[in-house]
Amino acid sequence: MTNQALRAALIEALKSVAPESDPASLGDKERVRDALDLDSMDFLNFIIAIHRDLHVEIPEGDYSKMQTLGGAVEYLQTKLPTA
Amino acid sequence: MADFRMPSLGADMDAGTLIEWKVAVGDTVKRGDVVALVETQKGLVEVEIWDAGVIEALIVPPGTKVPVGTVLARLHDGASPVASAPAPVEPAGPAAPASTAVAAAPALLPEEAPTRVLASPAARQRARELGVDLASVKGTGPRGAITIDDVDKSSKPIEPAPEPAPRAEPAPGAGMRQAIAATMARSKREIPHYYLSLDCDVTPAMTWLESENKSRTVTERVLFAALLLKATALAAREVPEMNGFFVDGQFRPSNAVHVGVAISLRQGGLVAPAIHDTETLSLIAIMARLRDLVGRARAGTLRSSEMSDPTLTVTNLGDQGGLTSVFGVIYPPQVALVGFGAPTARPWAQGDLLGVRTVLTATLSADHRVSDGHRGAVFLAALARLLGEPEKL
Repeated sequence: MTNQALRAALIEALKSVAPESDPASLGDKERVRDALDLDSMDFLNFIIAIHRDLHVEIPEGDYSKMQTLGGAVEYLQTKLPTA
Repeated sequence: MADFRMPSLGADMDAGTLIEWKVAVGDTVKRGDVVALVETQKGLVEVEIWDAGVIEALIVPPGTKVPVGTVLARLHDGASPVASAPAPVEPAGPAAPASTAVAAAPALLPEEAPTRVLASPAARQRARELGVDLASVKGTGPRGAITIDDVDKSSKPIEPAPEPAPRAEPAPGAGMRQAIAATMARSKREIPHYYLSLDCDVTPAMTWLESENKSRTVTERVLFAALLLKATALAAREVPEMNGFFVDGQFRPSNAVHVGVAISLRQGGLVAPAIHDTETLSLIAIMARLRDLVGRARAGTLRSSEMSDPTLTVTNLGDQGGLTSVFGVIYPPQVALVGFGAPTARPWAQGDLLGVRTVLTATLSADHRVSDGHRGAVFLAALARLLGEPEKL
């Protein structure tokens, strides 16, 4: 999966959690929770949405790597099967 | 015979608008069934019924705003025939078909015998709204009774119902803000609050939860908030002066602990629906209820019992922003509100040693008409103790 496709998938996951937000406008280094005003339940639902859509199980200990879109793309590329 | 009335879905509610009936005349209902959708200042609420029986009459038509306590529908127990019904009403049963709505229509008219025009209460109401003279309407219902459809069809387009004067469009969320303002103002006016706070070392609880979540799939993980809710419920069980309602000049403790959870809404404002019997639920069950409540609160599909049943409320600042404490305003007629700040790493003395621990500030806003600071302190101490033993939650 390309970085661009992965970013699009993450934006879709965020939209499913916070439909009124505009995650597409997020910068790669912007903190997702702060920018979109996500609480801990929203963030967990984001992680669950990624699990649902990309079949990646993210341990709690790795949540810190999911704080920004750029960081999440980089992290998820290491978890996704290579083509 | 029982009346189904517009419920009070919180201290801030004076009236509600019936948006939709979820049942029809002749439907069999049981305790807890959702029968109507009502709009309050805090959004849409699915209203449950607390009597079992057969719907005999839907009195208030959709779109009508009525005060709390207004009879919305009449219910027949299903065991005996309705007075003016030509045939016995079928006993209440689980499989009453929707088509009984037509057959049971005469049961709409138990109080109409002296009048010359047969019409259901709902049809009369609609006729009043539309300015239709019932005497001019040909009824198509049983025994020639006038139905709502008959009234609608008779409504003349050249004589439309008077339109209300145009009003300025209220700002988004204005109703919600008004409702919160009214409730909080009443609380501050009527309830002599006192406030306490206690710093709790939650390092063991956080470590325990982290370990527990490692063995769970992503969909089964539990948030720290679930521990806080369970600990609050158990502490309320130990100190019952924090759990119940102050009504008619006296405190009425609640036998059950239904913790209300303050949930902020994305469009602004908040609601605090109940997790019923919180102290009896496992952490996993509390987590499932919490996820469900947050989702439905934001989707506008809370149920009436969830809005009206909280026996005390928890407000949790969560883990963002670093705010360490919140002193909340009690939601009347409740008598206590528990607040949790963000768990933060702080210097912490343990014996002769100074270290860094994850510390959470728990606060209590309580009603001085019901309890004193000492009992409040006992409550917070119980809360801290319970959070220190997470495996027992």
